[in-house]
Amino acid sequence: MGDVVELPSSLKYSESHEWVAEHGDGTASVGITAVATEQLGDLVYVELPEVGRTLARGESCAVVESSKAASDVYAPAAGEVIAVNEALAKHPEMVNSSPYGEGWLFKLKLKGPVEGLRSRDEYKQSAGIEP
Amino acid sequence: MIRLALHPLHAEYGARFGSFAGFEMPLQYRDGLRAEHLHTRAAAGLFDVSHMGQLRARGSGVHAALERALPLDFDGWPEGEQRYSLLLNERGGIVDDLMVTRLADEARIVVNASGREKDLARLRSLCPTLSFDLLDAGLLALQGPAAESVLAKIEPRVSELAFMHAKTYGLGLVSRSGYTGEDGFEISVSREALEPLARRLLSDPAVKLIGLGARDTLRLEAGLPLYGQDMDANTTIVEASLGWAVARSRRAAGAKEGGFPGAEVYLREAREGSARNLVGLIGEEPAPIRHGTALLDAAEREVGVVTSGTVSPSTQRAIMLACLAASHPRDAPLYAMVRGKPRPVRLTPLPFVPKRYKRR
Repeated sequence: MGDVVELPSSLKYSESHEWVAEHGDGTASVGITAVATEQLGDLVYVELPEVGRTLARGESCAVVESSKAASDVYAPAAGEVIAVNEALAKHPEMVNSSPYGEGWLFKLKLKGPVEGLRSRDEYKQSAGIEP
Repeated sequence: MIRLALHPLHAEYGARFGSFAGFEMPLQYRDGLRAEHLHTRAAAGLFDVSHMGQLRARGSGVHAALERALPLDFDGWPEGEQRYSLLLNERGGIVDDLMVTRLADEARIVVNASGREKDLARLRSLCPTLSFDLLDAGLLALQGPAAESVLAKIEPRVSELAFMHAKTYGLGLVSRSGYTGEDGFEISVSREALEPLARRLLSDPAVKLIGLGARDTLRLEAGLPLYGQDMDANTTIVEASLGWAVARSRRAAGAKEGGFPGAEVYLREAREGSARNLVGLIGEEPAPIRHGTALLDAAEREVGVVTSGTVSPSTQRAIMLACLAASHPRDAPLYAMVRGKPRPVRLTPLPFVPKRYKRR
């Protein structure tokens, strides 16, 4: 805590600490933010949605578990799950070490434009992090 | 909430705090639970366990008198030897688990943080001729394969201690014990000496501070039950699978059979078995299965409950302690219900990770 929390400006953020990276082709990657991983501590297990599942925005679709607690992950945008990060089954700690890179959770084929999310600065403010 | 005397030192090392048994405890430091856990298994971890109660029992015939309260036998118990014991209620339920060290004219008893007041009251009522004090001292645990070499730089004579033996040196009362499954020491030190000793130990590159989070995963890998989680006042000795903690002479047909609170319950269950027992389980998936998770048999009957569970940082497997019906056949299918889905688990002997105590 107190260390600088990395929050890339290219991403959009949800109130419940998910991030979305739009790829410009109607697909997007989803993960959880460094604010979330910092709160959770070392992850020991990640439960991901099934490929092909259709998610509504705000739907509970994954679970990240640390030693002490299990937390739900909510879909930050509506769409169909087209890929999940299989590597997390063996290496859930990648979500801690690289939340925006190797630690991505799943990819969506978006159903319409991504709406209602926050910019980095808005998220920072809502998460109580000094700008 | 009570703050530890070393609170500022913990904060300096980046501790994240949480409440435990009325104390504000360091849960983890900057490196996180997993790194702290593995460091303790590989080198030496320093734990501030000053939240635990350190009691001193004194009075005439102190040792014999304590046998009325605890299923121990002080005959033939050498001075300086430490034993694990259980404080019981009249129904044979476990009020607390504790460590007793025999000293010349007294006994030292280390109790859980949650037991400080209630154990004192219980012991005073069971042994009215004795006096019990709660010592105003700190307790540090140094655990791991490098613990001996680190502590011997400060006090070379600690190397002479065998597992579950204690002796007073210049730095305080040192016992070779702990609750991680590793070799190591617990050092009872005065409040004034606490911080200098902690800093001196931390100046050794082999030593890192370890939080309560890793303390929990370490003890679970070692198959050691945690009071309040794996057992409580409604759990008996036999149910907690702790019959080994009853001195041989206090068991059936022993020279001092029974004679402690709830002894009838213990003797009956030792003979006939209990309806449930604490067992070790392994999950097939590396997903944590937590305290309170129901266990079902193949017919979906509830046959038990998980009392502690985590993913072992050492083996990456889901490990659990659980309270399981004695009627459930040991090799029959068993499932833990996690978020409405059954996950297969199976019984396994404890510990999950071999203990590395230095016995003689």
